[in-house]
Amino acid sequence: MDYYKFRVFKNRLMQFLVYIALFSALIPLFSILYEVVARGFSAINLEFFIKPTPTVGEVGGGVANAVQGTLITIGLAFPIGVPIGLMSGIFLSEYGESKLSVAVRFLHDVLSGIPSIVIGVFAYALITLSIGFSVTAAAFALAVIMIPMVTRTTEEALKLVPMSIREAAIALGIPRWKTTITVVLSGAKRSIVTGILLSIARIAGESAPVLVSMGFWRWWFAGLNRPAANLALNVFIFAMSPFENWVTLAWGSALVLILLVLGISVATRVFTRERY
Amino acid sequence: MVVKFDIQNLNAWFGSKHVLKNISMKIEEEAVTAIIGPSGCGKTTLIRCLNRMHEITPGARVSGRVLFNGVNIYSNGVDPVIVRRKIGMVFQKPNPFPMMSIYDNVAAGLKLNGVRNREILDAAVRRSLELANLWDEVKNDLSKSGASLSGGQQQRLCIARALAVEPEVLLMDEPCSALDPIATAKIETLIRNLAENYTVVIVTHNMQQAARVSDYTAFLYLGELIEYDLTKQIFENPKHELTERYLTGEFG
Repeated sequence: MDYYKFRVFKNRLMQFLVYIALFSALIPLFSILYEVVARGFSAINLEFFIKPTPTVGEVGGGVANAVQGTLITIGLAFPIGVPIGLMSGIFLSEYGESKLSVAVRFLHDVLSGIPSIVIGVFAYALITLSIGFSVTAAAFALAVIMIPMVTRTTEEALKLVPMSIREAAIALGIPRWKTTITVVLSGAKRSIVTGILLSIARIAGESAPVLVSMGFWRWWFAGLNRPAANLALNVFIFAMSPFENWVTLAWGSALVLILLVLGISVATRVFTRERY
Repeated sequence: MVVKFDIQNLNAWFGSKHVLKNISMKIEEEAVTAIIGPSGCGKTTLIRCLNRMHEITPGARVSGRVLFNGVNIYSNGVDPVIVRRKIGMVFQKPNPFPMMSIYDNVAAGLKLNGVRNREILDAAVRRSLELANLWDEVKNDLSKSGASLSGGQQQRLCIARALAVEPEVLLMDEPCSALDPIATAKIETLIRNLAENYTVVIVTHNMQQAARVSDYTAFLYLGELIEYDLTKQIFENPKHELTERYLTGEFG
């Protein structure tokens, strides 16, 4: 009986510690959210969404150009990063027991561990130096950041599809490649889409590689060989400026970025809801 | 007897492990042939060699000849994909495609091989589900997930899926080992009915099942074919001492 009471006590104590840990983990999250919403909300009005960056001394202004630039940059990074990542993931999962795949897996691990600023410098050396600070260079850098993320999530998702499902398809006389792109990929569709959307959320918030390869731009999109405005860079540049108007815009940009990431997470949830 | 498979000196390996040793046997058309033997004796490997599924495991290797309708399926230039369309397979654990409806599961083999005509697909789905004795139970739920069915229904769904591509042979790898006795009885009846038009080769570790459903029985031990005869003969009057000891439950 005494031993039983001791066990109950231990159980309560551990539960208490777990709750403490949970709340300490949530404090930073909610304080960031609170701060950004409280300060950013005042910046948000119709003008904020339809006007570009104001010049120094100008009143008002908005982040419309930064939203446009961010979307264009992501839009350019997507068709480079996703197919390469997806196909590498398929290779590693479906044909993954050779020396080549061991090397590929290792190199992807290395790539995902490289600081994003270094990837920014790489894009600078490769593209910025030849065509100038440009949205192309930034998109390239972001695509390189995306590739290992998409590869890893694709590989993990495909590995979760049981071997028996592949065998069922192969035994029906369906060729291996068709088995992979239909039965196997459709079984892993949800996790793969989740991985891709999360990688987009990640590159939407990258600032260092964008700053190095594209730099800051206050105007609308002006071509692939020119820079474009960027939400993450807005936060960085505006927050450090001495102008009150810009600081407000920084908070607003931060809020928009958070909403964008939140929106992607919600979209992920909705898209990946169980169909049956 | 009309010979469907003529297996000649078949050997199979996993890496350096020699799992089938010089198997030679003939399998009759439109009959049920059971393969029995203790765990690890190579039963499953033997039927996986009959539709070239053995070789998809990394490190697996085969030598010898398997004549199917008189043609060696291991000769150069034979496409294993075509072989597998003629020789269907049902696995130990029911494995319906999880993201697909019942209808799509059955139609999968045809659809993925390029059949688009809705009428042909509808007819094939109905015919296959009827053959598998599942039609009456699912005809109003064709759009539901295949995974929503019970274990026994899922296994019959897998049989329907294999039948939809109109194979000549159905290979069954312990199809009842994950099922309860009632579901097992249904599948055994189904196997007897299928034998009217199909060649069935069934692996089982359940000797009573072999006695109930099969016309011929092969006894495998440690990768060797010990005895192969009419089922009645094997069970009533085994020639080999090892067979008798296995059938009386002395080992296995």
